[in-house]
Amino acid sequence: MDLFEYQGKQYFARFGIPVSAGGIADTVDQAVVEADKAGYPVVVKAQVQVGGRGKAGGIKLASNADEVRTHAGNILGLDIKGHVVHRLWVEHASDISKEYYASFTLDRGAKKYLGMVSAKGGVDIEEVAETDPDAIARIHIDPAIGFTEDQARELVEEANIDPEARDGAIGILLNLYRAYVEGDADLVEINPLIYTPDGRVHALDAKVTLDDNAAYRHPEWDEFRDIDELDERERLAKSKGLQYVGLDGFVGIIANGAGLAMSTCDVVNQVGGKPANFLDIGGGANAEVMANALEVINSDPEVRAIFINIFGGITRGEEVANGIVTALGRVHIAAPIVIRLDGTNAEEGREILKQVEGDRFISLPTMLEAARKVVSLAGESK
Amino acid sequence: MSIFVDQKTKVVVQGLTGGQGRFHGLRNKAYGTQVVAGVVPGKGGTDVEGIPVFNTMAEAVAATGADASFVSVPPRFASDAILEAADAGIAFVVCITEGIPAHDEARVFNTLASHHPNTRLLGPNCPGIISPGKCNIGITAGEIALAGGPVGIVSRSGTLTYQALYELKQMGVGVTTCVGIGGDPVPGTNFIDCLGAFESDPETRAIIMIGEIGGSEEEKAADFITHAVSKPVVAYIAGVTAPAGKKMGHAGAIISGSKGTAQAKNAALTAAGVQVVQNPTEAGEAMAEVVKNLS
Repeated sequence: MDLFEYQGKQYFARFGIPVSAGGIADTVDQAVVEADKAGYPVVVKAQVQVGGRGKAGGIKLASNADEVRTHAGNILGLDIKGHVVHRLWVEHASDISKEYYASFTLDRGAKKYLGMVSAKGGVDIEEVAETDPDAIARIHIDPAIGFTEDQARELVEEANIDPEARDGAIGILLNLYRAYVEGDADLVEINPLIYTPDGRVHALDAKVTLDDNAAYRHPEWDEFRDIDELDERERLAKSKGLQYVGLDGFVGIIANGAGLAMSTCDVVNQVGGKPANFLDIGGGANAEVMANALEVINSDPEVRAIFINIFGGITRGEEVANGIVTALGRVHIAAPIVIRLDGTNAEEGREILKQVEGDRFISLPTMLEAARKVVSLAGESK
Repeated sequence: MSIFVDQKTKVVVQGLTGGQGRFHGLRNKAYGTQVVAGVVPGKGGTDVEGIPVFNTMAEAVAATGADASFVSVPPRFASDAILEAADAGIAFVVCITEGIPAHDEARVFNTLASHHPNTRLLGPNCPGIISPGKCNIGITAGEIALAGGPVGIVSRSGTLTYQALYELKQMGVGVTTCVGIGGDPVPGTNFIDCLGAFESDPETRAIIMIGEIGGSEEEKAADFITHAVSKPVVAYIAGVTAPAGKKMGHAGAIISGSKGTAQAKNAALTAAGVQVVQNPTEAGEAMAEVVKNLS
């Protein structure tokens, strides 16, 4: 789960990482109230989970209530790379002497944690990594051992953090590590981490991705849940517990297993179609799950034909086929369907599917044949 | 021959009385796997269809001489279960549990690496391993695999693994061992471990590798193949059309050293002399052709 900046800051604050005073606002009037509380000048920031907010006009400085009103009015409703702004974060503007960068994440290749610190913060860190890799100090941390104050000191020294800011930066790094590990995050990133003229180090931005698998031990995460970011189809799928990713094509895809679902998208693409979605119904493929999946696909007006691709392993072909027949009886499907059922007891399954076969429901034995058919049907129903 | 497990492997199922553990444990036994015990704290002294259940791994190993374990317990208990198996001296641990927190996986992996270097973990979140006709640990439907070799399979994806086994069986091509390494952030066993083992196994004469988008494990495998694998390899990478991953943010993109796209992986594998195919069916066909030409 990706957190919005304001949520990330609330999360950081719990681990003792200093952030600016501020508040959230969903309306222009609320923005003014929060600005009055934070004290002028303030920064009005669009809360969307996409980079490049500043360039898109989503971050503005305001020195009085009138300016807050103008900026908040402009930013609310703004479309930033497809993300519409519904919420603002209004915080006291900080004076900045220096901008740094700090993060912790998992280095999958090394199978260790990776801590990174740079004195070149406030800019796109990927660009720094490419143009000036030595400007980023890195350390691998053994998850079974942990991160020490000595390691934090080495890291800030190697990154050439200004001497006067080092103690503050070390304190924040130790807390950021706690936020990463105890907080069960996949990523914690501060960019920029700033040093102010009055000698304080604090987090001016917060990027946090939480590990959904750890949600069971973090009941406090409930407040972060916000499915506003998802599109209509993804919201419906999520409410039904399906693994769904919306795409921009016209062939609806249902498959069992993430790999097979991805592979199905690939094959549809290979024969000239465009997948409307990725939908993994998992191993079971019973009537309930299949009906839910069909309902989600059916809600997408772009879908012109549906490809159900099921490989029976332990779930046998006849169980899958019975599930599909039952599901078809429960949901009225607008688009034609092509199914490819293969694997354990596929023959028996195909026999059962014969009772629903027709112009609008076609069963084919291989993935490639089925993909070609579904793409041609999608073309006809344009 | 086969890699990692064979007819002599003795398996303990951790979580044998749970829904999944019971279902798959009994299926594995019915396949012919030596499932010698179950471990469920508090249920010691009972049995599941004749398989004795013990309270601890140490007791189970002492009583049965087991050398492998099959972990099928909920995510919150999985880390302890894996480490308990390693403590009891188990050499090969298969964990199918899905949804283990990434930090737990990272701690377990590094604890095994430093304290139990002789224990190999497969998974978590993997379908398991099958040496057809000899041993099946995990959730693979044994009947879709043809025994006898000469092909070894290593795969990150569950259903695509079954698909590959099935395609080969349709064409009459047998498999030495099929390893599902799983797609979690910190897999205990990776492509390279399996490729190396297949290279050393005289009965395995060709290898199918099935990857997915994300991370850089396939690129590393390509590098390994260039230097250390003499046997023919056919590869399929799922996700050519998947939208760019945004999961790990900037820091993640920096450390992977690549964007993790299927295109980048395919290019690396092709450069390593691997025959890269565009879908699972082609993988089966290409491998049947390779096998035909083996002298």
